[in-house]
Amino acid sequence: MTPRKDLLDIASLTDEEIEFVLSNAVPFKDLFQRTVKKVPTLKGQSVLTLFYEPSTRTRSSFDVAATRLSADVVHFDIESSSVVKGESVLDTVETLESMRVDYIIVRHKQSGIPELIARNTRASVINAGDGWHAHPTQALLDAFTLREKFKDLRGARALIVGDIQHSRVARSTSLILRRQGMSVAYLAPGSMMPRETPAEIPLFGNWDDAFAWCPDVIYLLRVQSERMDEPFFPSASEYHRCYGLTDARVEVLRERGLWLMHPGPVNRGVEITDRGMNYERSLINQQVENGIAVRMSVLYWLKPGAGL
Amino acid sequence: MDEIADQLHLRWSPEVRLALVGVYRRGVPFSEELAKRLVNLGREVDLGRIDITQYRDDLKSFTVLPKLEGSDIRFELDDAVVILCDEVIHTGRTCRAALDELLGFGRPRCVQLAVLVDRPGRQMPFQADYAGIRADLPREERVNVCFSSVDGRDEVFVTPWEQKLC
Repeated sequence: MTPRKDLLDIASLTDEEIEFVLSNAVPFKDLFQRTVKKVPTLKGQSVLTLFYEPSTRTRSSFDVAATRLSADVVHFDIESSSVVKGESVLDTVETLESMRVDYIIVRHKQSGIPELIARNTRASVINAGDGWHAHPTQALLDAFTLREKFKDLRGARALIVGDIQHSRVARSTSLILRRQGMSVAYLAPGSMMPRETPAEIPLFGNWDDAFAWCPDVIYLLRVQSERMDEPFFPSASEYHRCYGLTDARVEVLRERGLWLMHPGPVNRGVEITDRGMNYERSLINQQVENGIAVRMSVLYWLKPGAGL
Repeated sequence: MDEIADQLHLRWSPEVRLALVGVYRRGVPFSEELAKRLVNLGREVDLGRIDITQYRDDLKSFTVLPKLEGSDIRFELDDAVVILCDEVIHTGRTCRAALDELLGFGRPRCVQLAVLVDRPGRQMPFQADYAGIRADLPREERVNVCFSSVDGRDEVFVTPWEQKLC
């Protein structure tokens, strides 16, 4: 497989590239069982995390992935940097370019910023989430996690629940699952349903209709706390009652043996109850573990300066 | 291969836990062939395989990245006598990489190297403990080794370096 410089979204990947990343993640995951959980793949290379939005999980996941590949990891601390003094993104990139880092992991609340950075640096850029646009490594780890559970993803059904409209996770994960041959449906309040969706995606407004579609996987999206103040958002308890995974709905999952996923971190009592968190077919912890393997696989594949 | 298996059998007493570890790709069928012969001699051996891709010192200069096979060592490596198996030893760089990867799994009692073809040209300080044949060949020639289990035929032959047939 030819290496690429950047990973910005799922849409620009070929099927072969997706397959390459997912299949290589398997030996990376095996590595976690060894005495020495490290390979020298990125020895002497530096990986910089540039997070304009707070994130503990994704950032640590990249941190662990890069460290297990023997890279040196640097966090560019936005709070304490001159960004708060009004330095533009491109000024920051120029600074990073002078530092000669090899990989930049970017998260930004505005869509398109990782691409802008990628165009202005020789380093490989990985989009770790930009606005509503994309979160490609989340999508890859979700697909990888489901491939461990289903011999063949073709024909399997995933129901994505929550704020689809404002979710980069929904956008990227929905796309990759459909490209793996799965059927995807959305369950969301009208105010959180995207205005335009591909015709093959059924849209539901309540759990009864959604359950009647017979999904195999329930994928809950995180309710963004900043959304809760907006007028179109019902209260947290109202959201839980109508769209959350209540204890009664967990029972339906259990009876039918459905898999449960969530990109984390979970708002207990909103997307899911405390009891639901102990559901035996929850894949939430596997998603976290697989995230490291998949991100290692992405770092293995990308090559700074490729194609320039 | 018969001779190498006999040598291994003589060199290591039956109490020793013997493990054959093949280096991807052609070292793997080679290790399996040796294991078959040792089993016929009445020995129990462990089998494993090593993928050295991530240990290559030229990895980031590749224009095409190989798909990873992954190493597979399912037995307890600590205190085993490991025979690293590769079809050819030439520069010794593969051997260096394989040793690095192997030691990530534990601490073997000792490691020896078995090859089918030993040719001069070392760039690293490694020597084969067991070798089928020794062949002094010009640098611009490549030794190709085919195994019936993966290639449909058993054959060893020489081609120009840029031509890889097995």
